[in-house]
Formats: sequence, structure tokens, C-alpha cells
Amino acid sequence: MSLLDIRGLTLSTGGQTLVSDVSFSIAPGERLGLIGESGSGKSLTALATIGLLPRGFRVQGSIKLDGHEVVGASESAMIALRGAAAATVFQEPLTALNPLMKVGRQVAEPVIRRHRRAGETVDRAAVAREVRSLLERVSLPDIDRIVKSYPYEISGGQRQRVAIAMALACRPKLLIADEPTTALDVTTQVEILDLLSGLVREDGMALLFISHDLPVVARVTENVIVLRRGEVIEQGQVHAVFDAPKHDYTRSLVDAATAFDKALGPSR
Amino acid sequence: MSGQVETAAARPRLSRRSLTLNIGLFLVGMHVTVALLTLVWTPYDPTGMTGGRLEAPSWAHWAGTDRLGRDLFTQIMIGSRIALIVGFGAVAIAATIGVTLGVLSAFATRYLDDILAAAFDILIAFPTLLLAMLVVAATESASLFSATLALGIAISAIVARLTRILAKRILSMDYITAARTAGASWPSIVFRHLLPNIWPMLAVNFALQFGLAVIAEASLSYLGLGAPPPNASWGRLLQEAQGTVYTAPFGAIAPGIALVTLVIGMNLLADGLREAGDPTRRGRQ
Ligand SMILES: Nc1ncnc2c1ncn2[C@@H]1O[C@H](COP(=O)(O)OP(=O)(O)OP(=O)(O)O)[C@@H](O)[C@H]1O
Ligand SMILES: [Mg+2]
Repeated sequence: MSLLDIRGLTLSTGGQTLVSDVSFSIAPGERLGLIGESGSGKSLTALATIGLLPRGFRVQGSIKLDGHEVVGASESAMIALRGAAAATVFQEPLTALNPLMKVGRQVAEPVIRRHRRAGETVDRAAVAREVRSLLERVSLPDIDRIVKSYPYEISGGQRQRVAIAMALACRPKLLIADEPTTALDVTTQVEILDLLSGLVREDGMALLFISHDLPVVARVTENVIVLRRGEVIEQGQVHAVFDAPKHDYTRSLVDAATAFDKALGPSR
Repeated sequence: MSGQVETAAARPRLSRRSLTLNIGLFLVGMHVTVALLTLVWTPYDPTGMTGGRLEAPSWAHWAGTDRLGRDLFTQIMIGSRIALIVGFGAVAIAATIGVTLGVLSAFATRYLDDILAAAFDILIAFPTLLLAMLVVAATESASLFSATLALGIAISAIVARLTRILAKRILSMDYITAARTAGASWPSIVFRHLLPNIWPMLAVNFALQFGLAVIAEASLSYLGLGAPPPNASWGRLLQEAQGTVYTAPFGAIAPGIALVTLVIGMNLLADGLREAGDPTRRGRQ
């Protein structure tokens, strides 16, 4: 059974249809790329998956996340489902973390929540240990300092790593990454991508990876869906799509990407 | 904190910050001390004729005397008490009602949010003083309590609108969505992420509203709708001084200074507290 199964998803607001009849599914442990130009509805699709669309959206179709129907689900049912089923990492490192909370406390929050929900007693020292091991897993240097730092005291790449650590802290079955590297420079981008794909493989998490860069998607996922103006125009194995794009739009994406691909270096 | 925080370069910032905070603390502290002191001691009996009429300031009467020969300094001291009660009371009422409604509005469905936002706007369009007069009329008494309540309600609309706008901005941030995807419940979002992040802006606004409430109470008293005699509010002192402003200008100057020092002190205090609570200002730039 698939972990995420989206059938005929249509999202509209104010008489405008922004996503129409999108269907795809993600098996446990599968890595899927969602690609498309700016405004094509990638983020909206991701938000719909976890029931966090902005107010005033009409949702049609069906979204089954970990066996639960998301469309029409109550907020309390969704709170219970989120975290365990899915967690997210977003694009902008500047707003990815609460600016007023020290990094250590921020990472501790999902750790504590996970233990509480499992009905376990929460021991401070154990939480601190787990926070440190999470920060180690995302390859942050100088953890003693970073734990006590405020977000503005660390770099954008480091903040993105912290955001990934927070998502990992939930031990989700599905990780949703919405352009997690777009705001970073190319070198940092490659590091984070490799880190992300390594972690996803280690933990056997499924990944929904959103980007507008084909090479970036090719680096972390095996399958890809191309979205344009809210419609799926192509889907399949990432290298098949990359090598033989069927649609003009996909071809233009491939062309635009070729130059950029060189800068990224060989994918692993 | 990183090691760089302790470097010498950070020190001038620290002292400048505490200067704002310290002046604010001093001015507000002075008024609080005086207000408390009046509960047990005043230089003269506030209602007694203790000197000649409209005497200019002297060693015996630091701020002079009024038309009835009462000591003005004593009345200004008691005025501190009234100003603080009105200021803190009105802001506390406005903060409770305003922040609750503002946060509710930011979280509510679009329909309810639109209704609340329109209600805030309509209330704000009403002049504060007019609104306060309506409340005083509704409670059918011109007392310190009714004036405080009236101003608190009038200001809560302003606080609610500000809270709503600030909350919406914070709620659209990625870290909120990330926390929600991670399964955070709404109390945790409100108390850990939302309120701490809008608090600095709210605190500065509270200080501003405190000042406006004190001034508005003075206006209400001036119109005879504030604290009744013998509660000498600064507004009433100013009103009384108006008739004799050419022959005895000191009657307006002294309450004016009291009003200004409290309002400025409150603003400096809020500014200092906000900066002290901002981690980007606490350490290195
Ligand atoms: N709250 C909203 N209300 C109305 N329209 C919205 C809202 N959020 C997004 N949209 C519209 O929906 C469309 C798709 O937005 P979405 O954020 O999903 O794009 P995207 O593919 O993620 O783009 P990007 O690559 O720029 O992040 C856009 O045209 C956008 O203007
Ligand atoms: Mg997007």
C-alpha cells in the first residue's frame, strides 16, 4: 500500500483553479521529485498533503496519507497525523527557524513531542543527548556552540541543516522538502542535497522533493512529476524524463538545466 | 552565546541600550515611588487651604498653590497615582481583550476574521475620547474605574488590529508551517512561537497606549468625566489652571511636566525592554 496516494486533486480559490486533477502516489521509502516553474502549484500540492492550505481553498479529490483521508479531516485528527506521517523542510533559511529561540531548544521541541505522544517519560538529559545526535547527523560542526546559538548567529546552510534535523526529530514516514536548497549557493546546495538523500536512505523515509531544477531533482530522487499551471504534464523515472523529454515544456527545463548541471558536479 | 559577545566592541552597544532602559526605569520608578508614598504621606493635606491663593512656587509650595490655596505639589503627587492606575489599568484591559481577539482573528476562518477585522476598524474609527464618553455614560458614573474601563475598551480595538496584522505575518512564516507539519498543537504555536515573536512590537505599542491613556484620562477629567474630586488628576489640574494661565502659568506647567515625564519614561522603558529582549541586539550585530 502506498504511503501517500493523491487522486484527482483539484485546488481552487476565489473562482480560480490553481491545481487541477493531479494524481500520484509515493510508496514507503520512495523518493519522488515534483518539478515545475514558479507558480505551477508545487507548494500548494505539498501543503494540501498535510492539510495546511491557506484559508479559503476548496479541495476536491482524495489525499490518503499513511492510510488516513486528509481531505475533510478535522484539525485534531490532522495534528495527530502530522509529524509521525510527514514533516517538512522549506526553501527560505531566513524564516525556517524561530528567530527568538535558541537552536537547541528548537530541535528539542519535536523530540519532546514525539516522546510524549509515544507515552514515554521525557528526561531532560536524554532529550539533550538526542538533540546533539540529530545535529551530528546533519553534519553540523561545533555543536556545543550551535546548540546555544540563536538562528541569526549561524549561516543559512547551517540553518537549513537545523531545519532538517528538526524534521528528522519527528521520525516521519514522509519527508516533504519544498525547494530546500534554492536560496543557497551552489556548493552548499550540493552538500545539503547529498546529506538529505543520504539521511532519507538511512532512515528508509519516503521523500517528496520539490524543485524547479531538474538536475537538483535528479540528484536526490528516482521518479519525477512535471507540473505546469497546476496540471501534471509528464511523469516517470527521472533519468528517462531527463534523457527523452516528451513535452516541450520539459525539454525547455532540460535545456535550461544543462549549463547549471555542470556547476553541480557528478551526481552520485 | 558565542565568545565574541564579550569582546570590547560589543560594550558601547550594551551601555547605550541600558541608558535608554535606565532613564525609562528612573522616570517610571519615580512616579511609582511618589504614587506609593501618597498612600501614607503627602507634604500637605490635599484638600486643606495651606497657603494663599495662586501663590507662585516657593520653598514652602514647590509648585505653588491653586485658586483655593491648596498645595499644587501635593495634588500632582496624588495625580501620579491616578495616572498610573489609569495607564496600567487601561493597558491591562486592552492587552487582555485586544491580544485575545487579535490572535483569534488571525486563526479564525476567513468569514469570522473578516467580521472581526471590520469590527476593529469601526471601533478605531470612533475617536477614543468619544468612545470613552459613551462608556462613562453607559456606566452612569464618572469615576476612576469607569474612565479606566472606557479607555481600556477603546484601546483594545487598536491592540486587536495590530495583533491581528502581526500575528498573520508570523503565522505565514515557514517555521510556523514547519512546526505545524511536525504536529505542533495550536497552544504550542501561540505560546511558544507566535506571542514571543509579536511581543516586542506589542510592548512598544503598549507603552504608547499607556501614554495616550494617561493623556486621554486628563482630557476626560478636563471634561469632568474622569476621577471626581478630591482625586486630583493631572487633567483636572490643567483644566483649573486654564482660567488663570496668564496670571499664574505655573499651575499648568507643573502638571504638564509630570505628564510628560511619565509618558516619556514609559516609552523609553518599553524601548529598552524591547531591545533587551531582542537576541540580535543582545550580542554581536
Ligand atoms: N493563499 C493563496 N491565495 C490565492 N492564490 C494563491 C495562494 N497561494 C498560492 N496561490 C497561487 O497558486 C499558484 C501556485 O502557487 P504555489 O505556491 O503552489 O507555486 P509553486 O509551484 O510552489 O511556485 P514557486 O516555485 O514559486 O514556489 C500561484 O499562481 C499562486 O499565486
Ligand atoms: Mg513554492
